[in-house]
Amino acid sequence: MRNLIDIRDMTVEEIDRMLDLADRIFEHPEQYRDTANHKTLATLFFEPSTRTRLSFEAAMLELGGRILGFSSAASSSATKGESVADTVAVVSGYCDIIAMRHPKEGAPVVAARHATVPVINAGDGGHNHPTQTLTDLMTIRREKGRLCDMNIGLCGDLQFGRTVHSLIAAMSRSPGIRFSLISPDELCIPDYVREILTERGCDFVEIGSMEEVMPTLDVLYMTRVQKERFFNEADYIRLKDSYILDPAKLSRAKDDLCVMHPLPRVNEISTLVDNDPRACYFKQARYGKYVRMALILTLLELVKEG
Amino acid sequence: MNIDSIQNGIVLDHISAGMCMEIYRLLRLDQLSCSVAIIKNAKSKRMGRKDIIKIDEDIDVDLNILGYIDPNITVNIIRDGKLVCKHKLDLPHELNGVIMCRNPRCITSTENSAEHCFYLADAAHKIYRCRYCDTAYGK
Ligand SMILES: [Zn+2]
Repeated sequence: MRNLIDIRDMTVEEIDRMLDLADRIFEHPEQYRDTANHKTLATLFFEPSTRTRLSFEAAMLELGGRILGFSSAASSSATKGESVADTVAVVSGYCDIIAMRHPKEGAPVVAARHATVPVINAGDGGHNHPTQTLTDLMTIRREKGRLCDMNIGLCGDLQFGRTVHSLIAAMSRSPGIRFSLISPDELCIPDYVREILTERGCDFVEIGSMEEVMPTLDVLYMTRVQKERFFNEADYIRLKDSYILDPAKLSRAKDDLCVMHPLPRVNEISTLVDNDPRACYFKQARYGKYVRMALILTLLELVKEG
Repeated sequence: MNIDSIQNGIVLDHISAGMCMEIYRLLRLDQLSCSVAIIKNAKSKRMGRKDIIKIDEDIDVDLNILGYIDPNITVNIIRDGKLVCKHKLDLPHELNGVIMCRNPRCITSTENSAEHCFYLADAAHKIYRCRYCDTAYGK
């Protein structure tokens, strides 16, 4: 593995190995404190995403490495019209690995072609965000102890939520997975995702509210329902409460439900849920750092056998 | 007209009627200095009407482009007035620099040096997707 552009480029075995390493780092961070000494990560963020950038930078710093980069197109030479190809060709000379976020879909493919160091896609428009998917998989595996045989509820905007699509694509490869897809009709999963589910013979239901399936869920992945996705205000107001998780709805769930959210949240999870032991979204954000540490070590070929 | 009129060259036969100019353009035959004959609406037992292109020089024809346009086209290589080779075409797995991605959010819309590349995503339905943004061509 040289780059990580699309989660679909990783085999099930590669994902397992990555998550195993992330677990080892999580459990014994002190053993990895100096593994990336004298290595430099460049974070090239042509579009701001403070959360993702900080997660990458925290990961590299915790491995003993160094960081450099820019956090928006305005502070890079992209505003002067420099191409992605030229930018990464130059930056390759200053670092050992690149994490790049770009508003255009497929920009990391161009970057990987012109870089002389490994490239990680840290999000390309609404297209791919593979480290989010690795984070989600690590969270499920750590919280549930497995990646198979469970009922996963996905709730909210299933049409435009790329993290939802990637998670479905990754989890549908495991046996015994049932998906409960909870969304308004307007925001149901796109056809290509339905094709993946059908092709792989996955069990799934598409429903309009979470109450009915709540007692059966092992994982509940919440996403934001944005107002601008609706044709009119009335529909939005009528529907929005159905997709907000609050203590009343949660009271009918299993004791070991794992509630996830890619963050940032707006109001789709009531803050009253935050202290419930089933709320895993802040843990999920923490796991994201460990999975990025594992990814950096793997791509830099600095992995110690565990 | 028949293939005897060419000594060394290529005959593209069984082109669907009306497609010859598209092929002429995509293979950039206008840039050749040798003679090129375009025969439109020739009678064909199998196809009713067909187009034929004869190129009076043994050039390197991009079989991927032809396979993409129509895998049923026959490519005949002529040497010393004789048919020496017939190529069978397939839908190519990759198509580079032939068709363009029309997704405005795709990196190819701003990165001028990036060649437009497509991969065959679904052979049964002849669906090609952009190597960069995965958008299906023509959708
Ligand atoms: Zn594209």
